[in-house]
Amino acid sequence: MVKSKRFSERAGRFIIYATVIFLGLVCLLPLWNIVAISFSSNEAVVANAVGLKPVNFTTKAYEMIMDDAQFWRSFSISVQRVILSLIINLVIIILMAYPLSKTKRHFKARSIYMNLLIFAMLFNGGLIPTYLVVKNLDLINTIWALVLPGAVQVFSIILIMNFFIGVPKSLEEAAIIDGASPIQVLLKVYIPISLPALATVALFSIVANWNDFFQGLIYMTKVSNYPLMTYIQSLTIDIAEMINSGNSNDLQNISEVSNRNLNAAKIVISTIPLLLIYPFLQKYFVTGIVVGSVKE
Amino acid sequence: MKLDNADSFELKKKNNKWRSSEATYHWMMIPGVIFLLIFNFTPMFGILMAFQDFVPSKGIFGSAFVGLEHFRYMFSLPDIAQVFRNTIVIALGKIIFGSLLAIVFSILLNEIRLKFLKKSVQTIVYLPHFLSWVVLATVVVNMFNLDGTVNQILTFFGFEKMNFLGSNTLFQPLIISTDVWKEFGFNSVVYLAAITAIDPGLHEAASIDGASWWKRVWHITLPGMLPIILLLAILSLPSVLDGGFDQVYNLYSPMVYETGDILDTYVYRIGLIGREYSFGTAVGLFKSVIGMILILSANNMAKKYTDRKLF
Repeated sequence: MVKSKRFSERAGRFIIYATVIFLGLVCLLPLWNIVAISFSSNEAVVANAVGLKPVNFTTKAYEMIMDDAQFWRSFSISVQRVILSLIINLVIIILMAYPLSKTKRHFKARSIYMNLLIFAMLFNGGLIPTYLVVKNLDLINTIWALVLPGAVQVFSIILIMNFFIGVPKSLEEAAIIDGASPIQVLLKVYIPISLPALATVALFSIVANWNDFFQGLIYMTKVSNYPLMTYIQSLTIDIAEMINSGNSNDLQNISEVSNRNLNAAKIVISTIPLLLIYPFLQKYFVTGIVVGSVKE
Repeated sequence: MKLDNADSFELKKKNNKWRSSEATYHWMMIPGVIFLLIFNFTPMFGILMAFQDFVPSKGIFGSAFVGLEHFRYMFSLPDIAQVFRNTIVIALGKIIFGSLLAIVFSILLNEIRLKFLKKSVQTIVYLPHFLSWVVLATVVVNMFNLDGTVNQILTFFGFEKMNFLGSNTLFQPLIISTDVWKEFGFNSVVYLAAITAIDPGLHEAASIDGASWWKRVWHITLPGMLPIILLLAILSLPSVLDGGFDQVYNLYSPMVYETGDILDTYVYRIGLIGREYSFGTAVGLFKSVIGMILILSANNMAKKYTDRKLF
């Protein structure tokens, strides 16, 4: 009896470990396959011979990208966009979260501003009116079309506001008695103590801006102005459609199919910046999600 | 008398101080409010287009009003019912299967005692959450095209090849399962946090009483997770109109419009690309209004049943 129980427990443990490892592999292997494809020869990719190891190892795709001026132009547009958005987002988050963290007694108009923010979060004009506003401001084909419409991140502001509310009041009172102005209190007390939370919203901004392709698609009419994800998207969608239509064996399409290792290499390079900050993402996203997303 | 004066002087100084703080607070709000007015509130006036025959050259003030014409037209189209159905089926599928897998995964992951294995698996399963659908669409097409890995496996076991990306019956399951694949790891974070908050003494006591692992999960772990499961279920209510534009747009094609078209892709294609600005705005407005009602009811339900709220 005891023996059989121990056996069933061990079998159960084995199933648990196997399932978890299986799910891990299901996440990893499709991504790894793309990396292997990017290092394989055209012929091997077309023949669907590439699994987890590159076939006929070559770095030709990466060499071709080195000479691809548009790829690097788009790459640099994306970098500029991420940096500009990060600065603007953080400044506005801090500027708005701090007054909103005050009680109604200390900031009478608080509820007016709060309702304004919540209404902006709840309701939006929709795609077409927003597009027309950006267009009428002559922002089309400028980097500001990618940065300014997302300048106010309401969710992040509320997250930081909740964090500021939790900062011990004694710290602020001590600073005020020492004659600090509200700005000084913000700079000397609130910001230093909130760095982990600020890192979380900074990473929200970086990831969202790096990954977005849609704003580039609607606000940029010239390919030369595309941010990286929009540029990659414009390359791959045709292939997806071609494969959909089921004639991947047509001779005329072979040349296009053979771009697959080139596209794979582009995707790998476009992911490297995210992988570089991935340790921070894991650390701060996880705490940010668990601690700050909903308030009691 | 003198004392009184000094007191009121002190009070005045204090009041002034607060008043000057308040002025600073207003100044701090201004930049964000300006951006909100331009990019969030001005478009709300653009909603008027939904009740007009909007002509870009005439603008909002010059275009003729047609009342509810576009809404009448919208509900007369067989398209829109289909698009609505697609959106809700895809969104609900993602919410239900996504939460289920995340809950199961978090329970299993919590049983892993090997620190190294646990950390590695977490690192891997969180990764797809941070990748763009532009990148992941390539991964999905690569796996699910006619000659892709999944079809190679199917033929190896003697099944017919399946055209996942081009079949109206397979497209919705493909969209749902690939989204579950992308997000289950990251969604498990919150559930894992809920599990670790459960008092380990409960498990010890149950073990001593001879409860099996399964029984302990059923009677201790799951009830302990229930509040957070309930909260997240309520808060996911507003997203039933959100089929996931980025994912669908990067994976669909005219062949699968019938089951793959969702509200957001429809508005984009008909309204923006087809330049039917007024009609597109009408459909968008319909979605926004229902979305707002859903968010408000989710917030109320969360307050009522879980003592937490969004705002």
